[in-house]
Amino acid sequence: MSAVREVLDNGLGGIKHNFLTGRVEDLVKWSRSRSSWGATFGLACCAIEMMGTGAPHYDIARFGMEVFRASPRQADIMIVAGRVSQKMAPVLRQVYDQMMEPKWVISMGVCASSGGMFNNYAIVQGVDQIVPVDVYAPGCPPTPETLIHAIETLHQLIEDGEIMRRRAESGAGANVHIQEIPAGITTPVTLDRR
Amino acid sequence: MTTIVSAGAATSEGGQELRPRGEISQKALMREAGAVLRLSESAAAALSDVVSDVDEDQSMIINMGPQHPSTHGVLRLMLELQGETVLRCKPVIGYLHTGMEKTGESLTYLQGGTNVTRMDYLSPLNNELVFSMATEKLLGIDGEIPERAQWMRMLLSELNRMSSHLLFLATNGMDLGAVSMMLYGWREREEVLRFFQKVTGLRMNHNFIRPGGLAADLPAGWRDDVLHLLEMLPDRLAEYEILMTGQPIWRERLQGVGVITQSEAIALAATGPILRSTGLAWDLRRDLPYLKYREVEFDVVVGAHGDAYDRYAIRLQEIRESMRIVRQILDKMPSGDYRIQNKKVTPPPRGRIDESMEALIHHFKIFTEGFKVPEGEVYVAIESPRGEIGCYIASDGSSVPYRMHVRAPSFVNVQCLPHMMRGGLVADAVAVISSIDPVLGEVDR
Amino acid sequence: MATTLDLPGVVAHESHGQRVLFVEKTTYLAAVTALYDAGFTMCVDLTAVDYLAHASRVVPDGVVAQRFEVVVNLLSLANRERVRLRVQVGDGESVASLFDVHPSTEAMEREVFDMFGVRFDGHPDLTRILMPEDWDGHPLRKDYAQGRIPVQFKGAAS
Repeated sequence: MSAVREVLDNGLGGIKHNFLTGRVEDLVKWSRSRSSWGATFGLACCAIEMMGTGAPHYDIARFGMEVFRASPRQADIMIVAGRVSQKMAPVLRQVYDQMMEPKWVISMGVCASSGGMFNNYAIVQGVDQIVPVDVYAPGCPPTPETLIHAIETLHQLIEDGEIMRRRAESGAGANVHIQEIPAGITTPVTLDRR
Repeated sequence: MTTIVSAGAATSEGGQELRPRGEISQKALMREAGAVLRLSESAAAALSDVVSDVDEDQSMIINMGPQHPSTHGVLRLMLELQGETVLRCKPVIGYLHTGMEKTGESLTYLQGGTNVTRMDYLSPLNNELVFSMATEKLLGIDGEIPERAQWMRMLLSELNRMSSHLLFLATNGMDLGAVSMMLYGWREREEVLRFFQKVTGLRMNHNFIRPGGLAADLPAGWRDDVLHLLEMLPDRLAEYEILMTGQPIWRERLQGVGVITQSEAIALAATGPILRSTGLAWDLRRDLPYLKYREVEFDVVVGAHGDAYDRYAIRLQEIRESMRIVRQILDKMPSGDYRIQNKKVTPPPRGRIDESMEALIHHFKIFTEGFKVPEGEVYVAIESPRGEIGCYIASDGSSVPYRMHVRAPSFVNVQCLPHMMRGGLVADAVAVISSIDPVLGEVDR
Repeated sequence: MATTLDLPGVVAHESHGQRVLFVEKTTYLAAVTALYDAGFTMCVDLTAVDYLAHASRVVPDGVVAQRFEVVVNLLSLANRERVRLRVQVGDGESVASLFDVHPSTEAMEREVFDMFGVRFDGHPDLTRILMPEDWDGHPLRKDYAQGRIPVQFKGAAS
């Protein structure tokens, strides 16, 4: 019963493993990564590519992510897709604060990651100034393949568990940078006429 | 007591928000009810029935957005409701303001396309086209653009219109609950994007239409790709007609919703499908033609009632008209240069840089310093999927625009929202926004 | 154009084949109303230019150049023609609002106020539209910096 007492007191992150709790933690991490729901935070052009990733050709439903919840309380991953203006920054922080733990952030596109081509008064130079970011996806806009790569990288991090430990320690994001997959590199599916 | 439910002090925009009934004058209330739109006295009085006999206790101001599943981007709407009826509505914009016009003052005319293309990110080629046309007019070379370049520009512009309207069908469907339409519309759009990627190298935000012509020629085999597209789409559009146009639920949700009259639309400078849905056949491609639109046959699609259903039907039919134009372009595309052979404006072919010193120098100067544009100012407008998009450039003789302003159709069309929503149900608010098809990138720039 | 405007202070000009009218602030509203009656029923665009950094610009005779220029684009649907008005406005001065003639200018004039600081008399709701309410300054003025932050590229030899 000490294992149960441990969980009740300290949560899953701190328990000392025995074979029973090890399995439960793996199960929890696996299910978190396989069924994460995104919060709708499409701002600009990247939002169009994000919607395209949810569309039939690229289909993130196979990764469990096709459900985009409008309510931040029900979402796990916030994909900041697009440029964040000065007026939008407090809204972004509010939505992030409303999300329940565990929560992760993917910064999609160069505008969200660093301000992109808009190095001026109006755009926040990188959304990591406002929220901790776990994966940065480059591209303007990132191709759907790049976004899927970012999502899968995040899923892998969730499943490994490292990300939760680091977040618990420092509150920082995982700060993983991924490679962009340029357009046209994957063989397109040819749809026939009918 | 009027309740204001706002997203919290941090997002309060003070004077930009909708003020409670008790804090504004009767004249302001009348104005918000559309009394300035040159209505007759009796019509204005009839309108004010909705507005004036409401106690403050009975109305509530709610806040929709800026982060909301059903707005097209970060549009924030403040609605004053009495029960389910919308009395007043005020859009609050600026959540995507990117300072693009300021950025445009520090980018050369060749780089300007990368900036402008991200304004209306659903029809980027149209943005680049209007910017390039304005630059060419200032340079004085707008009469010398080669035939092939003009036909290519027309081809890309019409395909962009098709992809933008397909996205409209998708998002309109999803906003009204027909979620499968979202999937179908994107499926079709991918085909067009694949063609763009083959031609321009990118799926979106291409920076392909540049001052002087285009960045590159059409690749080999482009005709087959376009033909494949033209063969595939008509059957699919017929399916959407069955799925949506004839369907009773669809009709009930859109007919009579978001009505705007012709005089209101002209007074509010609404253009594009909104103006055409009121019955006025105004399309810049036909009325103030540019490129080679005089030499292709197409119809201007017009509605009769000015409601959301008309706008949906107009856009669906405009896809067919664009296909018709693309078919004619396929037949008529001439051979020739894809850009003007003016070394001061267009960079030399990459192969020649190894051979000719002059070519190298021109390439260097064009890409680093940029070409100088004579002093002057000009306004050029074309028909984008959303309406009239115009570019006003004032030049001071240097290689960067002194002032670059884009007249964005969505910025002006969003002003129609209060007039369309007034008297309607709050549940129809989403349908109305969707029928205007705003792109917040160009609203806020 | 069918009408010739008989108002004082209107100088007609042509720019790359486009008709431009230089209008004085005092007769601006009257000119726009006259044009409205002549068929220019749609105000397509209203914007401004800050000529602080280019004070030596060329203007026709009879026009006194000021710091700001409000540029109005009008469209006549019936006659299919456009006309452009340019109004000189000094720093700190205000100009008449076109809202009563062209309600479409509500948002356009707010944007000019937000970006340049030019005030419009008679505008029903002159507040900022693009920037946050408590923002300082008017971004598109030439004495307002672009706001670039210095960027250090990874791996660059510093």
